[in-house]
Amino acid sequence: MSGYQAILAGAAQGCRPYERYLLSHGQWLGLRAALRDDPALALLGLWAEPGFVHAAFHQPGMGVLLASLAASQGGFPALSPVRAGAVRFERMIHDLWGLRAEGAEDTRPWLDHGRWAASAPMASRPLPNTEPPPQPEFLPVEGDGVHQIPVGPVHAGIIEPGHFRFHVQGETIVRLEARLGYLHKGTLGLMLGKSPRLAARFAARLSGDSTVAHGWAFACAAEAALGAVVPPRALLLRGIAAELERLHNHLNDWGGICNDASFAFLQARCGVLREGVLRAAHIGFGHRLMMDYVVPGGVARDLAPGGLEAILVALAAVAAELPGLLQIYESHASLGDRVLTTGHVAPELVAAFGAGGVVGRASGRNFDARKTLGYAPYPGLAFDSPVLDAGDVDARVRVRVAEIEQGMLLLHSLLTRLAPGEWRVELPQRGGEGVGVVEAFRGEALHWLALDDGGLIRAVFMRDASWLQWPLLEAAVEGNIVADFPLCNKSFNCSYSGVDL
Amino acid sequence: MLWPKLAKSLFSRPETDPAPAVPLGAAEALAARFQAAAQTRLGRSLAIRQVDCGSCNGCELEVNALGNVVYDLERFGLRFVASPRHADVLLVTGPLTRNMREALLRTWECTPEPKWLVAAGDCAADGGVFKGSYAVEGGIGRALEVDLVIPGCPPTPTQLLEGLLALLEAQKR
Repeated sequence: MSGYQAILAGAAQGCRPYERYLLSHGQWLGLRAALRDDPALALLGLWAEPGFVHAAFHQPGMGVLLASLAASQGGFPALSPVRAGAVRFERMIHDLWGLRAEGAEDTRPWLDHGRWAASAPMASRPLPNTEPPPQPEFLPVEGDGVHQIPVGPVHAGIIEPGHFRFHVQGETIVRLEARLGYLHKGTLGLMLGKSPRLAARFAARLSGDSTVAHGWAFACAAEAALGAVVPPRALLLRGIAAELERLHNHLNDWGGICNDASFAFLQARCGVLREGVLRAAHIGFGHRLMMDYVVPGGVARDLAPGGLEAILVALAAVAAELPGLLQIYESHASLGDRVLTTGHVAPELVAAFGAGGVVGRASGRNFDARKTLGYAPYPGLAFDSPVLDAGDVDARVRVRVAEIEQGMLLLHSLLTRLAPGEWRVELPQRGGEGVGVVEAFRGEALHWLALDDGGLIRAVFMRDASWLQWPLLEAAVEGNIVADFPLCNKSFNCSYSGVDL
Repeated sequence: MLWPKLAKSLFSRPETDPAPAVPLGAAEALAARFQAAAQTRLGRSLAIRQVDCGSCNGCELEVNALGNVVYDLERFGLRFVASPRHADVLLVTGPLTRNMREALLRTWECTPEPKWLVAAGDCAADGGVFKGSYAVEGGIGRALEVDLVIPGCPPTPTQLLEGLLALLEAQKR
């Protein structure tokens, strides 16, 4: 039996547009056995609510589907022995909901650093925490001359906090282990009991650089749960905002990667072009990062007068300079020496973790929610989602540059299709369950929510693409020199806030 | 080719925005809090260390943008440094998560006197939308005395620049 069939054996729960199946304990064990022999079914996420665990999967050619299990006696059979990507989710589930993953590969705490007033704060009955914060444990490394370099949580640059523990031998990284969770704000807990309209501002602040994509994925989940139909103009405006977000982030990352290879010129030019995009977004959508622009039911307001023209001017500036910048990127051996073959991630690893976004597509995994799942307004629009297989820093740069080019084509198509019309509908107040998947600039954002009969959020989860990319960074830097870590890290640019919740 | 572009930029108009005006009142209020020692020791220059204490990274994007060609922070004598031991100002963002509290306190202890604390963004001011969560303290002021608050979600680079220039201005008086 395939993993897909094993899930279909459960009882359908009425989640839209992708169904969720409640599995018996035996069926869950059957799913775990099937996953071992069936590498195609990718684990997208694993989370919980009091009494239940939920998992989201993607079956190529068949779409997304969800599986659940009643976690009786406070535990559930772990999926980490058959899906490496499940490890951090299981640690998170234990820390937030107090549910044990039985037979898990790793049972160390993840988000809970021992500094909250209660442990398992999302459980129906949290337990008071009276212990002093424990020292973190790191995986051991043995060998001649191995020493440790602790970095963070406060880093040298203007970036988010996280701790990196390097084990090095001479200059070479033997093992990197990240310890995150410093940004845990209890976002999911704050969303409970609120209407989707009110909770949307938390989705918009899961990871500020992906505020449009996360706002959109959350809105999709709420609209699916309530059967709302979003007007076509709102879908196009969401598409425009999301592509502008992809554009400014890819420009930022390309510049940042070159700067980490000590090539400041490209960062300076990318910075100017990106600033043009942000100012156009401010004119068109009233906010540089377009925060809170996407709301459940549509968008917060129509495109402002002058917005269209401002966006076209910013796009023309990028289009005029991009070929010259790419030529400079390609023609400097000193830069090529840093980015080629550095931070290699094998396609097998990307496939095993089901990692999406730039990281996945630079290592041969052809998954782009805009194409693979085909949500509106993307079907019918002509664009490519480039896939490379070199898997190094350079490949991740080239996927981004190709997406900048494709994004400009997309933006022109979206802007031409804009026709006058409504841009928001009121959502009904009732129960329902929905899931939304939107391709953010770093990969697919997956949001799930369940509403009670009064239309308030009973349970919710928001999964940033970084969950499945962070572990691969640890693999990418293995065997590289310590000095190349910032370069490798920037080429991934995973979100800290997005996974710290 | 890189060199022709660099040469051309020597003769073209700069792409940098003119400096924003310092908000009235802000400089006076800050000047009152500065010690005489600081004015003579630091002159017209400030070294800034940014510390993220739980932001969604929106604030970091805008703080980073201060360094681009358009805002060009360094023309004012303001620069970001890699260590709190080199800093005069800690620029702190986020609602102060419980998991970051100790790291912030230690960073502050590492910063040599005279020093100032700037809370940037609505979260840093009072917790913002995350106020009331089990995992946040609810603003930087819950742990340390704040000298200047720059509001915004996130504050724009121009708002950040206005706040930081007010610090410079106050020091001059």
